Amino acid sequence: MDFFLKLFLSGTAKGSIYALIALGYTMVYGIVQLINFAHGEVYMIGGFTALIIGGLLFSSGMAVPLVLLLSILAAVVFSAAFGFTIEKLAYKPLREKPRLSALISAIGISMILQNVVLLAQTEKYLSFPSYLPELEFLRPVREYLNSTQFIILVTTAAIMVILTLTIKFTRMGKAMRATAQDKHMAQLVGVDINGVISLTFIIGSALAAVGGVLICSYMGQINYYIGFVAGIKAFVAAVLGGIGSIPGAVLGSFILGWTESLGTGYLSSDYEDAYAFVILILILILKPDGILGKNQKQKV
Amino acid sequence: MRRSVVVVAILAVSVALVLSGCQKKEAGTIKIGVAGAHSGDLASYGLPSVNAAKLVVEAVNAAGGIDGKKVELFVEDDQCKPELATNAAAKLVSDEVVAVIGHICSGATKSALGIYKDSKIITVSPSATTPSLTQSGEYPNFFRTIAPDDAQARLATKFIKETLGLSSLAVLHDKGDYGKGFAELVKQYAESEGIRVVLFEGVNPGAPDYSAVVNKIGNSGAAGVVWGGYHPEASKLVQQMKDKGMDLPFISDDGVKDQTFIEVAGAYAEGVYATGPMDTSSNPLAVKAVADHKAKFGEEPGAFFLNAYAATLAVVNAIDKAGSTDYDAVIKAMRSEYVETPLGKISFDGIGDVIGFGFSVFQVQGGTYVELK
Repeated sequence: MDFFLKLFLSGTAKGSIYALIALGYTMVYGIVQLINFAHGEVYMIGGFTALIIGGLLFSSGMAVPLVLLLSILAAVVFSAAFGFTIEKLAYKPLREKPRLSALISAIGISMILQNVVLLAQTEKYLSFPSYLPELEFLRPVREYLNSTQFIILVTTAAIMVILTLTIKFTRMGKAMRATAQDKHMAQLVGVDINGVISLTFIIGSALAAVGGVLICSYMGQINYYIGFVAGIKAFVAAVLGGIGSIPGAVLGSFILGWTESLGTGYLSSDYEDAYAFVILILILILKPDGILGKNQKQKV
Repeated sequence: MRRSVVVVAILAVSVALVLSGCQKKEAGTIKIGVAGAHSGDLASYGLPSVNAAKLVVEAVNAAGGIDGKKVELFVEDDQCKPELATNAAAKLVSDEVVAVIGHICSGATKSALGIYKDSKIITVSPSATTPSLTQSGEYPNFFRTIAPDDAQARLATKFIKETLGLSSLAVLHDKGDYGKGFAELVKQYAESEGIRVVLFEGVNPGAPDYSAVVNKIGNSGAAGVVWGGYHPEASKLVQQMKDKGMDLPFISDDGVKDQTFIEVAGAYAEGVYATGPMDTSSNPLAVKAVADHKAKFGEEPGAFFLNAYAATLAVVNAIDKAGSTDYDAVIKAMRSEYVETPLGKISFDGIGDVIGFGFSVFQVQGGTYVELK
């Protein structure tokens, strides 16, 4: 039972890591029906920004909590600017084109960003310092859940709640939902759909940046390639939960985390990816739109 | 204008060497062959050996040769191809060489070895690492100045048993050829030494989180962890183990014996063990050999240069100690006599593997890898 609890909590922590990235993925998909493959790279860029700014601030002798706050802020601003620009340059011109064109554009952006960071920074793995506080009350139970995992878990939960509430109850959220339902109709009734889509990318990228800082702190390292692996896992999680649905992305991430963790624990870690994909296939057969996905009728 | 004088002197020496090579063979020379890839894709692995042999032979001849006899080199190219290696071997047999420095690639070496064995020619490879070349016992004429592929795993297991005294192990790897190969050998050797391997698993390289497998290590009751793979995963594993309060000895391979591991893992790296090639960079003979190479050939030596240098020195020394070029006497000297080389003081064991050079165990102490003697 003790072993099960450990694995369950480790799966929960893993799930919340995937969820941090999957939230931005699913949000962009929900509004513009685009699988933004560059999302993982924006997450990686967020991590690098925090590493550079944090390093500069720390060496100038600033207090650790302030360094953490400012480097997260810098990462958020920088990544959000990246998200905004990517949308304007690579996706907006293709908005009225077949969906496949934007998808290929997204894959291209993903490769470009990886290589830009590879050339501008380094191909090596770099150490990522943890500016996150060590929570004393978790010390006795750190075998089960350590401080960084707990912070990631709480952040994911908070972001999910805030996003859901924003989309449900604010004026901006209403505009987002309208844009998601029908771009042209929304425009006709006076919704600034360009503004809404830009904002969606800005929020999604900002979330990726927060994820970048927290997850890199947890891993203790960063590399230009980390976005790819994380992006694929988050994508699977988002599809599992029903892509476009915010609680769905979180639920999908947790299911993925638990499957991998329990599969590793009771069977073998050799087939970690296989468990995740078996679950994905089963769910897609039984419920093609994902667990919490809306059943969209296809117009013919 | 001193430099031009030096250049002229070097030129004169090399011209003299070339000319002396053209002279009619003296009856009393000792002939040594050098075989390996000297052209083709893998030439960069083979050419440094030729330079190494030339440098050693030049020095020996300048000092009067072996028992008054000059040493003569015969260079044959095999492009690392087994079929060309047999041709090269046949050519060297007809040249009546006493010993061959080579071949370079394991496959080519294997195909040539039978020919040398039948003609009683000693073969010393600077670079062929396939374990069976020595361990099969088929080739008593074969020696090598490089550790075989399984040496790391043997050393790690020996260290785990004799120095750390662990009775159970968790063995993890990254599913790659290198990491999994190391892990499988450690598992095999550990079990034959009576160490229980309570966990043997591959993990996904690049994954952000290994906490599940770390929990599994804790649950397995292993007294130590062996990692076969590279440093990015190793640093995540040691970090996540220590964050969970698990303080088990962590033993890994040459893929982790890299300063980058310490830079990335920081304080978490302290105490980690890794096997890696012995450090020979400060050996005075190695420093001299590299300097001589630069003076004569005008560039840094390439791959396996020091291994080939040591191989040639070992052959020359064995012939000298044996007092003749008699096959059995020279083989006996190879196995019993130690010789100072750029790799350290080396000899060969009963199956032809080098003693005195190979892998060492290192430990991270105070932010750097320290060789454990």
